[in-house]
Amino acid sequence: MLKFVGKRLLIAIPTFIGITILVYVLSSLAPGTPLEMIFSDPHATAEQMEVLRQRYGLDQPVVVQYFNWLKQLLSGNLGISYRTGNLVWVDIAERVGPTLLLTFSSLTFSLLVALPLGIISAYRPYSIWDYISSALSFVGAAMPNFFAGLVFVYLFSVKLNIFPSGGMYDSSGTRSLGMLLHHLILPMLVLSIQQVGSLIRQTRGSMLEVQQEDYIRTARSKGLFESVILFRHALQNAFIPIVTRIGLMIPFLFGGAVVTEQIFAWPGLGSLMVLAINSRDYPVIMGITVFIAAAVLVGNIVIDLIYCLLDPKIRYE
Amino acid sequence: MEPLLDVRNLKVEFKIDKKWVAAVEDVHFQLKAGETLTIVGESGCGKSVTAMSMLRLLPKTTAQISADEILFQGRDISKLSDTEMTKIRGQGIGMIFQDSMTSLNPVKTVGKQLDEAFLVHGSVDPAEVKQASINLLREVGISSPEQRYKEYPHQLSGGMRQRVMIAMALAQQPAIIIADEPTTALDVTIQAQILELLKKLQEKSGSAIILITHDMGVVAEMADRIIVMYAGMFVECSPTKDLFTNPLHPYTRGLLTAIPRKDMDIDRLNVIEGTVPTLTDMPKGCRFYDRCESRMERCKNELPPLYTRGESSVRCFLFDAKDGE
Repeated sequence: MLKFVGKRLLIAIPTFIGITILVYVLSSLAPGTPLEMIFSDPHATAEQMEVLRQRYGLDQPVVVQYFNWLKQLLSGNLGISYRTGNLVWVDIAERVGPTLLLTFSSLTFSLLVALPLGIISAYRPYSIWDYISSALSFVGAAMPNFFAGLVFVYLFSVKLNIFPSGGMYDSSGTRSLGMLLHHLILPMLVLSIQQVGSLIRQTRGSMLEVQQEDYIRTARSKGLFESVILFRHALQNAFIPIVTRIGLMIPFLFGGAVVTEQIFAWPGLGSLMVLAINSRDYPVIMGITVFIAAAVLVGNIVIDLIYCLLDPKIRYE
Repeated sequence: MEPLLDVRNLKVEFKIDKKWVAAVEDVHFQLKAGETLTIVGESGCGKSVTAMSMLRLLPKTTAQISADEILFQGRDISKLSDTEMTKIRGQGIGMIFQDSMTSLNPVKTVGKQLDEAFLVHGSVDPAEVKQASINLLREVGISSPEQRYKEYPHQLSGGMRQRVMIAMALAQQPAIIIADEPTTALDVTIQAQILELLKKLQEKSGSAIILITHDMGVVAEMADRIIVMYAGMFVECSPTKDLFTNPLHPYTRGLLTAIPRKDMDIDRLNVIEGTVPTLTDMPKGCRFYDRCESRMERCKNELPPLYTRGESSVRCFLFDAKDGE
């Protein structure tokens, strides 16, 4: 088991470096420099700009800049934000909590909704549950979250006025868990809607497939009840492809969080990312990239471990 | 004596292109306690469907089963509810399947799956179930059963997996064991061992066996009585000795001459010319008409009933006049 995890970690390293190179190059290709975006003081002289450029190393070629950044990263330093002047990790640390809260609650919600619906619709095909879950999954999978976000804000905040349209707490200054949850519901739903759609399809599909398997027939021939067959024989086998789908959801959750946080003024990493990109704040862009990439890679390793638990063939290889 | 199992007019239909098509029909047979009955026929003739329909193991959405009666120990199991049916499965009638690789759950240990067979109807105390399973594994000829108990199906060889399947079917000591081509996926030496094992266990437990196969060698080895199936119908039912020495139905005769023999010097194997009619395109008359060497005019449009001849029954007009003499 340790060997397995070690191997996965080693494979994750080149992936991680690849991601950072890609993001670095892409953001340096974007038009405009940090100097123009942040320090756009019309009174600044060309000499003053040049001094800043040299101080931040922006006069060097992109390759050199990237290696400088990597060297810095290996010594555990993410650099200083051009925009705020704070240490990057301080800025990120402030924003991590809300993002993790949003993504994990959305993941949990998606699983709680999609798995039972998928299983019921596989066991009762063409029943009312099957139609409900099919409708949900088609609508869900076809609805981009920027659109869902606007629709939800219009419906639930503007028209019905039952949920706030943004932020984590209201402006009264008091903070309570109830208030937080009240603010969380809409962004969480918006972030979940696509995941729920695809996960219902996957669950229904793999449950239907497993029901056709010979070992289900064997279990039936022993005289087991259908419910026992479902929980003891079908689920564990059906979960192997479902877990794959859940693994694929993790990057989408973080990506979706960027858009969702923007719509709902959720003070997380996603909205910080948008701020950083708009001001070409390279250290912050890279800092968040490092964080999200690491989270996704760790997520993948966790998924691999779950595979091991589910499938003895993988475990014994 | 009352037969252990008495099947009357069993019919199984499948949904093909939104229409129900009979895959097996007009099936009648009886099984005595301790007897070995084999059902032979080529692939797709409905042998396995017949067996699985009795235990309702066919998918409900695509298969429809009807029968006048299926009397098991005097009780009509064709009218039981699905819940009552679970008590017949395993405990009354056990089943051994063909492909042991796919018929065992790949993510559960052999032991867990065997334990389940003991525990399902509470025939063994949960505290003693592990020992019971290990003993049964030993009985079906698995070496170091304590070790195997903890292993997964993919870690076992094909022969060993089939032994596990047999153990699972035996765990609840059913009165009938249905073995659906239990040796087809195995190589010849292992086949012989598995058949030997089945025989030995049958002697010990007194169970009746319904053995489904397309291998005439296996039939000769195992059967007391033989049912020959063709295109979804029984064409002949005879005691083993009679069937091999004096086959009645032209199809049975064809089958027997198609077996290669080492005491005769032949250049080419005998074959039955032609192909089996498809489910959706069954002839109105005798289903063997197109391929039959003894066909008559009336066979084309009239389906022959089963005629009784001594201990045998046969579905062929050749025996019409002689019937009841």
